[in-house]
Amino acid sequence: MIGGLFIYNHKGEVLISRVYRDDIGRNAVDAFRVNVIHARQQVRSPVTNIARTSFFHVKRSNIWLAAVTKQNVNAAMVFEFLYKMCDVMTAYFGKISEENIKNNFVLIYELLDEILDFGYPQNSETGALKTFITQQGIKGQPQTKEEQSQITSQVTGQIGWRREGIKYRRNELFLDVLESVNLLMSPQGQVLSAHVSGRVVMKSYLSGMPECKFGMNDKIVIDKQGKGGTTDEPGKSGKQSIAIDDCTFHQCVRLSKFDSERSISFIPPDGEYELMRYRTTKDIILPFRVIPLVREVGRTKLEVKVVIKSNFKPSLLAQKIEVRIPTPLNTSGVQVICMKGKAKYKASENAIVWKIKRMAGMKESQISAEIELLPTNDKKKWARPPISMNFEVPFAPSGLKVRYLKVFESKLNYSDHDVIKWVRYIGRSGIYETRC
Amino acid sequence: MPAVSKGDGMRGLAVFISDIRNCKSKEAEIKRINKELANIRSKFKGDKALDGYSKKKYVCKLLFIFLLGHDIDFGHMEAVNLLSSNKYTEKQIGYLFISVLVNSNSELIRLINNAIKNDLSSRNPTFMCLALHCIANVGSREMAEAFAGEIPRILVAGDTMDSVKQSAALCLLRLYKTSPDLVLMGEWTSRVVHLLNDQHMGVVTAAISLITCLSQKNPDEFKTCVSLAVSRLSRIVSSASTDLQDYTYYFVPAPWLSCKLLRLLQCYPPPEDGAVKGRLVECLETILNKAQEPPKSKKVQHSNAKNAILFEAISLIIHYDSEPNLLVRACNQLGQFLQHRETNLRYLALESMCTLASSEFSHEAVKTHIETVINALKTERDVSVRQRAADLLYAMCDRSNAKQIVAEMLSYLETADYSIREEMVLKVAILAEKYAVDYSWYVDTILNLIRIAGDYVSEEVWYRVIQIVINRDDVQGYAAKTVFEALQAPACHENMVKVGGYILGEFGNLIAGDPRSSPLVQFNLLHSKFHLCSVPTRALLLSAYIKFINLFPETKSTIQEVLRSDSQIRNSDVELQQRAVEYLKLSSIASTDVLATVLEEMPPFPERESSILAKLKKKKGPGAVSVNELEEGKREGGELNGGGERGDNSAIAASNASTPSPSADLLGLRTGPPVTAAAPSAGSLLVDVFSEAGVNDDGFLRDLEPPTESSDSLLAEGPGDSDSAPPSVVSEDPATPLPESNELLNKFVCKNNGVLFENQLLQIGIKSEYRQNLGRMYLFYGNKTSVQFITFTTTVTCPGELQSQLNVQAKPVEPLIEGGAQVQQVINIECLTDFSDAPLLNIKFRYGGALQNLTLKLPVTINKFFQPTEMASHDFFQRWKQLSLPQQEAQKIFKANHAMDTEVLKAKLLGLGMALLENVDPNPENFVCAGVIQTKAQQVGSLLRLEPNAQAQMYRLTVRSSKDTVSKRLCELLAEQF
Repeated sequence: MIGGLFIYNHKGEVLISRVYRDDIGRNAVDAFRVNVIHARQQVRSPVTNIARTSFFHVKRSNIWLAAVTKQNVNAAMVFEFLYKMCDVMTAYFGKISEENIKNNFVLIYELLDEILDFGYPQNSETGALKTFITQQGIKGQPQTKEEQSQITSQVTGQIGWRREGIKYRRNELFLDVLESVNLLMSPQGQVLSAHVSGRVVMKSYLSGMPECKFGMNDKIVIDKQGKGGTTDEPGKSGKQSIAIDDCTFHQCVRLSKFDSERSISFIPPDGEYELMRYRTTKDIILPFRVIPLVREVGRTKLEVKVVIKSNFKPSLLAQKIEVRIPTPLNTSGVQVICMKGKAKYKASENAIVWKIKRMAGMKESQISAEIELLPTNDKKKWARPPISMNFEVPFAPSGLKVRYLKVFESKLNYSDHDVIKWVRYIGRSGIYETRC
Repeated sequence: MPAVSKGDGMRGLAVFISDIRNCKSKEAEIKRINKELANIRSKFKGDKALDGYSKKKYVCKLLFIFLLGHDIDFGHMEAVNLLSSNKYTEKQIGYLFISVLVNSNSELIRLINNAIKNDLSSRNPTFMCLALHCIANVGSREMAEAFAGEIPRILVAGDTMDSVKQSAALCLLRLYKTSPDLVLMGEWTSRVVHLLNDQHMGVVTAAISLITCLSQKNPDEFKTCVSLAVSRLSRIVSSASTDLQDYTYYFVPAPWLSCKLLRLLQCYPPPEDGAVKGRLVECLETILNKAQEPPKSKKVQHSNAKNAILFEAISLIIHYDSEPNLLVRACNQLGQFLQHRETNLRYLALESMCTLASSEFSHEAVKTHIETVINALKTERDVSVRQRAADLLYAMCDRSNAKQIVAEMLSYLETADYSIREEMVLKVAILAEKYAVDYSWYVDTILNLIRIAGDYVSEEVWYRVIQIVINRDDVQGYAAKTVFEALQAPACHENMVKVGGYILGEFGNLIAGDPRSSPLVQFNLLHSKFHLCSVPTRALLLSAYIKFINLFPETKSTIQEVLRSDSQIRNSDVELQQRAVEYLKLSSIASTDVLATVLEEMPPFPERESSILAKLKKKKGPGAVSVNELEEGKREGGELNGGGERGDNSAIAASNASTPSPSADLLGLRTGPPVTAAAPSAGSLLVDVFSEAGVNDDGFLRDLEPPTESSDSLLAEGPGDSDSAPPSVVSEDPATPLPESNELLNKFVCKNNGVLFENQLLQIGIKSEYRQNLGRMYLFYGNKTSVQFITFTTTVTCPGELQSQLNVQAKPVEPLIEGGAQVQQVINIECLTDFSDAPLLNIKFRYGGALQNLTLKLPVTINKFFQPTEMASHDFFQRWKQLSLPQQEAQKIFKANHAMDTEVLKAKLLGLGMALLENVDPNPENFVCAGVIQTKAQQVGSLLRLEPNAQAQMYRLTVRSSKDTVSKRLCELLAEQF
């Protein structure tokens, strides 16, 4: 169980320190600072063991969050909690920065008291927390007994993530499919590894206690239906369905129903939340192809040519494209020529960065660079790190499609057709690399 | 160094450094550095040549980046270019870069060396200094190779500037320390020594460091420096504080130089030339006088400098150890420091006094400070100072003040720091023993010691008490009485119980007359402590009980009752259980006469070096104690315990020669076979007793040695000593002539352990174990004489075809066996295929100049690799029939050599390694056995049938195995056994 939680700024000064258990001494705060934040070598591992004490840390911009324990805890649980903690803080006061934390330290301590009890994580649902941990004074409108009891029943009840009696004039639903596509490709264009990790994020503004049902082109479901011969013709289903490797759900989803029928039904929380996460590895649509060409001319010169090809419908537009071509450590000068976008040698990052604002599908673009090298005494050869890419495309590279999202509310008189639904697909690059 | 003008300050560098300092995170810092590196690379790459200033700036930046912990793999060339600049700052930065980032690139090294050479031969002193500093900073072997010849020339050249000379001397010192073989002074020696006469004090100071280092290596070549140093010293000492201007430090003239001079003089014995010596003594006296003068300044630096010289002077006086007058004065001076306010001074005073105490001239003078030192021991706040005080007390102790010092140390022990307790205990024990006037005082002291600091009393200490009590009849009664009283304390330390158990077991009878300490009371007292003790102590107490049975027959029933109780006889600890069982049996079976013989009082121990002293030496390392020991050796001879405690070998030899039995003491060090040689009479008696008692078992024998001895074997866990003991005890006939090797071999067919060989000089014990086709044999070579064996070598050979049948590997054995000591050798054996011969063991050593050479057969026989096979009657006969080919069978009919005792026969057959199968042969008189011989190549199943004929006193032996050679060999081997 978590023994304590510390938040540091980039200098290693303690901003928040909350100790839950006696086995964590005050010196633990310093131990983490000395051994991790001020370590000579950069600490890569998110888990550090110092004197039989385990420190789990995550970093948000310049802020370090560290959970400490002396026991043998489930590390995944601790990290899940830390991420949740970040989410909660973001929901309360926006960006996690030193200033924000200093300004809200009372609130943070209040939150920490609520979401961790003797080191055991408790309800960390932002919506629920916001009902009783507020940022405004409650002097003007003291909570009535009823309200208080309602909060209690909600927090301790079966559906802790939604309170009763929500009313909206317009019932609206926003659904975002956010995917990040990861790729490692050989210079010859062979896919060495590729996977997509995706999230389904929803914003729901629905009245009452609606029951929702979410459907997508999951291969197992489609195949089952295809066998029953109800809707889709069998030939089409094979192409349009996707195989999901694994997925996790928000706590509101009824897992028993998913296990038995593989249908995703739930009573949504109010506001924004992440409905599910999933991962696919088969039949991924790779939005871009990078073709590198590196030629060494003697010991002091290097010629690089990189071609990128967009590989999706011409009607769609990719955005925020950025290609990063690493340069050797002994680069002394770079000349770049590119047809489209802007390219620049960034010495501080040892790379040529090529940026293109927009690019339509089935197009091609090219950059060529001449790199001058300084002869060194070292015999070490340049390791040739891979060329990496960033982009954003308006479709789901995994091929996932939302088939339906039905809303049932039996008590109030609105039906599925009255709800306004918005669906959006965004595919982003994760680690999208091509070796050269 | 020319001051750096403002224009020379590198703004770019300052900006870069402040940028780095302002970075908020490591990543930002790395980014900034990458950017800077790219910038420098482009600058270096740039076509137009850089001017000296920017080159210097960029090299500086690189250096800074390197010092931040990043790799720098370029810029060396630019740095080397800077070396050839004519501007001081540029050259300086170039040298700085080179000495921090030496690159072993051969091409660059050549350029660098070239640049250094140019600078060395230039007439510019600052450039020469820079080059010398660079050489010294790098200090690598390559540098030494390139410049070791050059630098001495610069050092002694007449026209070299003083500052360059200083640098050259120190540079040479550095090179000499890294590669002394390359720095050859040769012809320069006398000129270097004459640098001591140099006008410039700095040069002298630098040169003296070099000379001190060099003269430690070859003192003879630099002998002439003594008189020069003395005259230099006297000039400094006699000079007024204002004479030396720059070299006067807080009114003390040239303190560093003086210290170094005094230290240099400590490398040499006192000067022989009377005039020089007189001058030196005068100097030392002046220094001592100056210490008495009122301080010229209140500043701490003044007194520090003065005291530094004083302490060096005192060390020199102690080193010479020939001027009684000076020694006493030094001692008095230190005495003053003992009460000084400064803790550091008190520490130093105690430390120096410790060495002073060892001088015969000043010993008495040191003793006058005893009260102060005792006070220091009690009141000092710093533990290290207390430690020094304890050391000094130990060093100043002699017969006259021993009682006082020991009493003080004992009383201090109660409050002493844990870190020094053990050492204190050892010191008290040694002093008590060494200066004991009457032994009752000694016994009291040690018992007190155990009472006060029992946890820190090591085994050696209480072993020693027992040794002394046993060796001195006059103190035994007193010891028994004191121990008895000490044991009456409600809680006493386990070590106390050990001593009590041992002494009461031996000498309880001496106090049994008093009704207050009647035998039963004694026993009950001891037994009341029994349950609180650890296993070794309990084992010792059990031995004490059996001794009680001997001493006081009236306690017999009580003790037997105790031994018989389940907590003893069924104790989970094997040692305790065995003792209980054996003692119980011994007490009930043996007659009183036998008991009296077995449990006789311990014979006196031979004198030898006190084990405690050895322990203290080991603990402290050679340095600190050896000084004390040496002076002890110097002082006087007539200690109570003879020459035993001396560290030097001649004393040991003398004491060994004076005692009739030359072997080790039982309780002392872990060398030497514990029993045989020390108490031969007891040993032979033992065997008699047990042949009478009808017991014939090695293990039992071992544990029925006189209890004291078994307790010893239990306590001293030296490598292989308890293992080696049994064979030596079992040796039935110590005077056997050199046995025929075959006979010897036969002796070991049915057993694995025993004495392989013994003559007047040497005893070889053997212990072996076999598993499948592998075996391991331990040979114990015991030196029975008091003289060491030298060039002791053993070789194991496999003659003829045995080489391919058996794989024998002997671990090397130590070439030197001390008198009375024992060494062990391990031999690993692998059986490749069946064999009939035995490997040969050749032993060579020198004993008193005569070369001894003997060859034995190692008792490795084919049956050692037997694995027993159990089988039913039916199976046995089936297999017997399967092996019916005539060559597979070997049969022999022979006459019995020994009595035809069924049990003995059984034991022998079991010892053979086969399984003895019961109820197989229809005739119950007959024996059948089955086993498989494991060799690397194959497994040979063997069956055996032995039919004794009692009337005719004959045996018929039939062996069948799947291989004819095996059957034959087995048959041969066995025929000799029955």
